[in-house]
Amino acid sequence: MAAITTLGETPITPPASGQRGVHGRRRRRLNAFRYVVFAVFALFFILPLLAMARFSFEGAKLGTWSLSAWKQITAYQGSSGIPPLSSAVEITLELAVITCGVILVLLVPTMIWVRLRVQWLSRAIEFLCLLPLTIPSIVLVVGLGPIYNKIQHYSLSALMLFWIYVILALPYAYRALSAGLGAIDVTTISEAARSLGASWFTVMVRVIAPNMRQAILNAMLLSFSLVLGEFTIAFLLLYSNLQVELYSISRNTPNAGVIFSTSFAVLLFAFVLLLILSYAGRFRRGRG
Amino acid sequence: MAVASADQTGARPTRAGRRLSAPSWAGPLPFLAYVAIFLIWPIGIVVVDALKNPSGAWAPSNLSEFGNSLVRGYFIGSLKLCVLSSVLGAVLGAILAYAIASGDPDGPVRRIYLAVSGVLAQFGGVTLAFAFQALIGPAGLLFHASWYYNFPWGIGVIYIYFQVPLMVLVFLPAIDGVKVQWREASENLGSSTWQYWRYVGGPLLWPAFLGGLLLLFANALSAFATIQAWENQIAYIVPQQISTSLSSEVGLSNVNVADLLALGMIVMVVIVMTVYALLQRRAARWLR
Amino acid sequence: MRSSYRFALAGAAAAALLAAGCSSSSSSGSSSGTNWSSESSASAGGGMSALIKAAKAEGTLNVIALPPTWANYGTIISDFQNKYGIKVSSALPDGSSQQEVDAVKTEHGTAKAPDVLDVGMAVALANTSLFTPYQVATWSDIPTAQKESTGLWVQDYGGYMAVGYSSKFGTISSLNDLLSPKFKGAVALNGNPTSANAALNGVMMASMANGGSASNIADGVNYFAKLKKAGNFDSVQATGATIKAGTTPVVFNWDYLNLPSYVGVSNWKVFIPQNAVLGGYYAQAINKQAPHPAAARLWEEFLYSQAATGGQNLWLQGGARPVEQQAMTSNGSIDKAAAAKLPAVTGTPTFLSGTQSTDAANYLAANWAKAVS
Repeated sequence: MAAITTLGETPITPPASGQRGVHGRRRRRLNAFRYVVFAVFALFFILPLLAMARFSFEGAKLGTWSLSAWKQITAYQGSSGIPPLSSAVEITLELAVITCGVILVLLVPTMIWVRLRVQWLSRAIEFLCLLPLTIPSIVLVVGLGPIYNKIQHYSLSALMLFWIYVILALPYAYRALSAGLGAIDVTTISEAARSLGASWFTVMVRVIAPNMRQAILNAMLLSFSLVLGEFTIAFLLLYSNLQVELYSISRNTPNAGVIFSTSFAVLLFAFVLLLILSYAGRFRRGRG
Repeated sequence: MAVASADQTGARPTRAGRRLSAPSWAGPLPFLAYVAIFLIWPIGIVVVDALKNPSGAWAPSNLSEFGNSLVRGYFIGSLKLCVLSSVLGAVLGAILAYAIASGDPDGPVRRIYLAVSGVLAQFGGVTLAFAFQALIGPAGLLFHASWYYNFPWGIGVIYIYFQVPLMVLVFLPAIDGVKVQWREASENLGSSTWQYWRYVGGPLLWPAFLGGLLLLFANALSAFATIQAWENQIAYIVPQQISTSLSSEVGLSNVNVADLLALGMIVMVVIVMTVYALLQRRAARWLR
Repeated sequence: MRSSYRFALAGAAAAALLAAGCSSSSSSGSSSGTNWSSESSASAGGGMSALIKAAKAEGTLNVIALPPTWANYGTIISDFQNKYGIKVSSALPDGSSQQEVDAVKTEHGTAKAPDVLDVGMAVALANTSLFTPYQVATWSDIPTAQKESTGLWVQDYGGYMAVGYSSKFGTISSLNDLLSPKFKGAVALNGNPTSANAALNGVMMASMANGGSASNIADGVNYFAKLKKAGNFDSVQATGATIKAGTTPVVFNWDYLNLPSYVGVSNWKVFIPQNAVLGGYYAQAINKQAPHPAAARLWEEFLYSQAATGGQNLWLQGGARPVEQQAMTSNGSIDKAAAAKLPAVTGTPTFLSGTQSTDAANYLAANWAKAVS
């Protein structure tokens, strides 16, 4: 993935200049074009979501309205033997947090270190980080069978999925982080810090990382949404996470409104999180 | 990117009792070990098993399966769907990205669309197929699209839903990198809008556009859960056939065939991603 | 100083508790001397009460691919849990028979591996090396043709392939009715026939109804090709939700999956063609390396018990035909009300043999996608 634009960076765009003359005319034409584009795309994106929302308010009989699907998000009890929905939501959220944490601890220092001290490795790291994008999950699962067999000797918890989720998140996190690293002049800053006596650890943690805060947040967020939406690997490794649970509900319950309400809730949650982050980024930058 | 090494620094005061700093190559080791275990090893298992037969013996003749017209049909089906969704997704995504980029960089429209893109790019799978089914399926709320179950157009429309946001995320930084000064300079030299795009803007953005398109292609190639929820009684694309080879309960399951198909997919995507990486390097040169 | 004394005391107390805890759990585990993983019948292991005790000590049972709405499995699981206090851990409820076997292979040696399997015949016959023989108490009431001679696999319940449909279409009297325009986009199978047992049997039933036979599925494939050309074939997976929403108003599926009570739609009717009564039974097997061998055997005893609250009658209440149906009808233990609700069948039922189903699968692998896409 190319440098994923972070929410809150300032690109250079033509200023909205005066209304007269060539610039004004062009600006008005441009604005008209923009509004049309936004309207068309907004319609395209919103309509399926509206349909989902409509079905999430569906009552027991077709055509009626009811809030039961929304209440069921926390109250849904699977039939015997199948865990309730809330535990799947809990596990998935925990998985997302753990995955983000591991990315933070594993990928960020590695990327900074490589950029600072072992540049010749950067191509290899880039290739490794993009590789998961090229391998379909369904393929990866076949190869993961023996490895997860060994893991299951130690722990049967679905939280063990984080090992593979970190790998899945690598391409997105890498691109966000490398965009952030590319935006700051790493060599100058690090040389300045080193000449003032900082150790490598200090340079990485106290000088560079704070300058990458927006990119790191971005990477965290992309990893978070990835975990929330992951299905194939959990399903084929016989674990129960949110998407697997929703799938199971959809197959086994005639009144499947709860899958629509849960998906909608998940989408809303991720969207609000992203929006908050984009405003948080601006606030941070403003304080320099 | 500046390649000045940051290894050798200026005057650095030595302190007694300074702790040992690790050698340069030791830093990336944890990351490399992690990736080796959870990514390289499973891929290795898949590639090796592709060339074995069910009893475990070597069978390089498996490769001749690629000549089988059925297998070719799956790959052609995958190609059709991927080309359709990635070309349309790239074009539409580029238009939307341009509309976003030419607006207020700090404004709410940009933030909202970016947040939406971040969320929807990961929104695929079962719930997306359900949302579209609720909208234009046989019992659709909007209308019943007779082409909804056509391959590849029906499923293509669903794929576009997550391809366009991905393109926006990937292409926006490129548009942002096109400096307004270049536009002003070309106008000073007397060019019209068309000439600007034809000779300046277009060539600048072309590598990034192509890179985004290739990324979308790789993304579509691996997608599985969405089409499986859309319909599941006919295998149109390779991932569906991989799933059949893994889980068929009528005696047609064959892990080695699944691995072989996976190998084919890996080769396809590696080619695509290599071209993408080369294009990225070219694009980055101009847009720094 | 004072705090270190407190730490030492706490440490000693903790160690004492730990030792007590460890010893008590180990003592309960080793009290029964039988190693149930090698016992092939309850009596050989010391009788039913010994089996129950050992199973309760194990405390858990791992099952796989048992959807709660499939042949009343939801009730069966909860009744077993309540009766013996053994927790049933149900993995992958929507898995296929092949995935059950794959799970046995990939999870061998872990505490998560499936203890018991309920698989289609094709998968059962191909994987007997993974099973261990066990003969339930009611062994003699199971017809010889429906069990492996040593008990590696035993058929448990089955039904006939039927067409379920919404009564808004009137009444269907022959499969050719489905080709008329009023069924546009309405007819669905239960999965991909090259992958799912129920779907393969659906196509086979269509073949038999259209002049083919159990050895020749080509007529079935042609029938579905005609259906597709008429625009009547709908390839979305039929589930409770899609039936209720009206997306799949006509479904080819086992009769026990086509009962109005399970489909959740009150105006649902079932049709089995006269000349095409295709039956199919599933088979139970115990994992040779089951992590809970006693619980696995107790589960089978429960499933094959002829009691009014036993597995056989529970399956009957789910609309499936239990394998001991004949014996139970003779000795009167069958739930007569539930038996009367089974769809009436005229004509003698056919069951696919191993070779017939393999041939059908191979034909489908080569021709299905072309015919219906």
